[in-house]
Amino acid sequence: MTTGDIGLWGVPIAVIGGAIRVSTPILFVSLGETLTERSGRINLGLEGTLVIGAMTGYATAVLTGSAWAGVLVAALAGAVFGLVHGLVCSLPKVNDIAIGIAMMLLGTGLAFYFGKPFIQPVAPNLPAIPLGWWSDLPQVQAALNVNVLFLIGLALAFAMHWMLRATRPGLIVRVVGDSSDAARAMGLKPAQIRTIATAIGGAFAGVGGAYLSLYYPGSWNEAISSGQGLMAVALVIFARWNPIACIWAALLFGGAGALGPALQSVGVTQGYYLFYAAPYVLTLGVLIATSSPSRAMAGAPGELSITK
Amino acid sequence: MKVIGQTPGPDAALAVETLGMTMRFGNFTALEDVSIRVAAGSFHALLGENGAGKSTLVKCIMGFYHATSGQLLVGGREARIADPRDARALGLGMVYQHFTLVPSLTVAENLVISRLDTPGVIDWRAERRALDAFMAAMPFRVPLDQQVSRLAAGEKQKLEILKQLYLGSRFLILDEPTSVLTPDEADEVLGHVRGLCAAGEVSVLMITHKFREVTAFADEVSVLRRGRLVGQGRVAELSHARMAAMMIGAEKEYVPAARKGSPGAPVLELSGIRATDRSGLKQIAIDSLTVRAGEIAGIAGISGNGQMELMEVLTGQRATSAGEIRVEGAPYRASRAEAQALAVRYLPEEPLKNACAPRMSVIDNIAFRSFDRKDGRAAFWLSPRSMKAQGTDLIDAFRVKAAVPDGPIAALSGGNVQRAVLARELTGAVRLLIISNPCFGLDFAAVAEIRARIVAARNAGAAVLLMSEDLDEVMELSDRILVMSEGRIDYEVAANEASLAEIGHHMGGHA
Repeated sequence: MTTGDIGLWGVPIAVIGGAIRVSTPILFVSLGETLTERSGRINLGLEGTLVIGAMTGYATAVLTGSAWAGVLVAALAGAVFGLVHGLVCSLPKVNDIAIGIAMMLLGTGLAFYFGKPFIQPVAPNLPAIPLGWWSDLPQVQAALNVNVLFLIGLALAFAMHWMLRATRPGLIVRVVGDSSDAARAMGLKPAQIRTIATAIGGAFAGVGGAYLSLYYPGSWNEAISSGQGLMAVALVIFARWNPIACIWAALLFGGAGALGPALQSVGVTQGYYLFYAAPYVLTLGVLIATSSPSRAMAGAPGELSITK
Repeated sequence: MKVIGQTPGPDAALAVETLGMTMRFGNFTALEDVSIRVAAGSFHALLGENGAGKSTLVKCIMGFYHATSGQLLVGGREARIADPRDARALGLGMVYQHFTLVPSLTVAENLVISRLDTPGVIDWRAERRALDAFMAAMPFRVPLDQQVSRLAAGEKQKLEILKQLYLGSRFLILDEPTSVLTPDEADEVLGHVRGLCAAGEVSVLMITHKFREVTAFADEVSVLRRGRLVGQGRVAELSHARMAAMMIGAEKEYVPAARKGSPGAPVLELSGIRATDRSGLKQIAIDSLTVRAGEIAGIAGISGNGQMELMEVLTGQRATSAGEIRVEGAPYRASRAEAQALAVRYLPEEPLKNACAPRMSVIDNIAFRSFDRKDGRAAFWLSPRSMKAQGTDLIDAFRVKAAVPDGPIAALSGGNVQRAVLARELTGAVRLLIISNPCFGLDFAAVAEIRARIVAARNAGAAVLLMSEDLDEVMELSDRILVMSEGRIDYEVAANEASLAEIGHHMGGHA
């Protein structure tokens, strides 16, 4: 092969392609978590929601033959999980972190139980747009084969940013997330608003799960998420609860995840396994570097149980 | 000019009047036949001690409470206010003691979202134009793009007032608006409020207990005591001493509690103590304070003048930036070992919070001073049997009504928690007893008993430092009276030479 051989240039191209491919579910989960946390709650259960979204999305696509129907059902399943989390946390003296962990275990457990029959069948994939048509290089074409959901995720990030700034619901979410007292003084019901925000956040995570099973890796199995839902929750802190910053955080995480396979593909045989750990090391490093023992985290919603 | 979406309200200052306002909670009368008239465009001060009924009155006006009887006139017409929304629609607004702003939102966002009719999609350009026009018409401004968490306390207070005006309030209730401000900030804010009144924009009813602010800014004053209106008049015609007399009550003979012996050697000595107060803005500065054995030194003062912080310094709950505390000549840092060795005992205010582990049992709480000691030496193993025996004895001796001595202390009534803590603190040798508001919220019998125990400790030779907002209590118990005002002790007098008027004058701060 000579035409496709571009040597070490393959690494950055593969990293860019990987960033776009891997980041999509993380982007969706972190956007959903951003909305939830902006309203003053933490939903650690999004890992479970992601897996249940992957399972229900895949199963629906298998049964109906439509990948988009799968995405819709995954969003609905995610919303139900978010709603349950939100409603339980609205009861007095319930800790949102503990409920989140319970929901995470419940979600993965249910998905494995109901998902068993769907490991074998093949579902239709979500469509991708070949944005690399201008290039002759197959590597570039592969890297720029962008899934529609990624573009939708980008649009949603900007929409959420606008919503939080310039709409009444957006301001209300921020008021409730920052000061329950001020919210009550305005006649708002914090628990109700947080429950709605958690349900919508769950729907986002469900869509992220559908992407996993219907596009990349593109099949349903029990190891499909490998903790991406949890990483996405951590990335929200890294992104300082800002939807636009969630895009960069997700791309960075995705790119780091693509580093190992890319190095392997150009023939690096020693130590590339270490690069598989890059996204986790990166997340840890960034969180340590951006936090401070003395000053409070800038941009943290005041009602979050981790920042109180 | 019409601000987008603003509810059409009155366009000039409102007169508000209460007629024979009475509020009863069960048998307790919080407010009795109070008639106050706030003329349109006037600045009216409402004075009174804690529990005098000031908050009850304004809550009746704002619709949080429904008065048992009496009428409210707004703009000369009778108004029925079922809830705070009605009050808002009539143009009545209230600025609370704590801030109700959302810290992470900008000033502009806070103002826009506080409206009841914020549109679904906010047209920021139009809102900005309206807000700029609104700010331009105000005598003072707050930067619109600043995040509220970055504003100083004075700026936040100004924003709270601006917010009420933005919402169309034409009658403002300010609930101790300067309690979190420095004196300079307070003067600035109140000066602007006065300007707004003079311009006929609003009428103001301000709850306060600072005489200085009343004389400097208010037109008229009403004084409440124990739920009754005890004085009213134009500020220009009233002296501080007169207002203090109204607030505290008529000059009466105090019968000092039976006492014997005379003060001995100094036990507690404070010198050059400096600490910051709760808000982090004001300084507590105690240059020198001495309490001798066999005397009760009483610190009088209106709440919020640094007594709580001084208590926290003495109990080791608050760090000092300078100065020294000595007990019997030895430096004292309020460690458990020092308190044990020097026999220093405390009865802080809110003892359930400051001196108890609420969920632990009454017996355990009573044992806090002694559980780890046996025959005067440190012990590792607890002895539940002797703890229980001692606890039961003390419960009987101090007549603590504890249905279940093994049950949590939080289940006891306030008076019984107080007795239980006193039982613990007064057991064994006591060289120094430091007490804050020991009888707050207790019934008559409990008050008499607790005061008798404090005097008994003094008669037994202990040095007692008593801080109390209840002037009667200080007058009755003390051998020597000190007055604390704005973080300093600025008056001292022997109890037998004390005059209520003079003490009241110092409590209100110098004008």
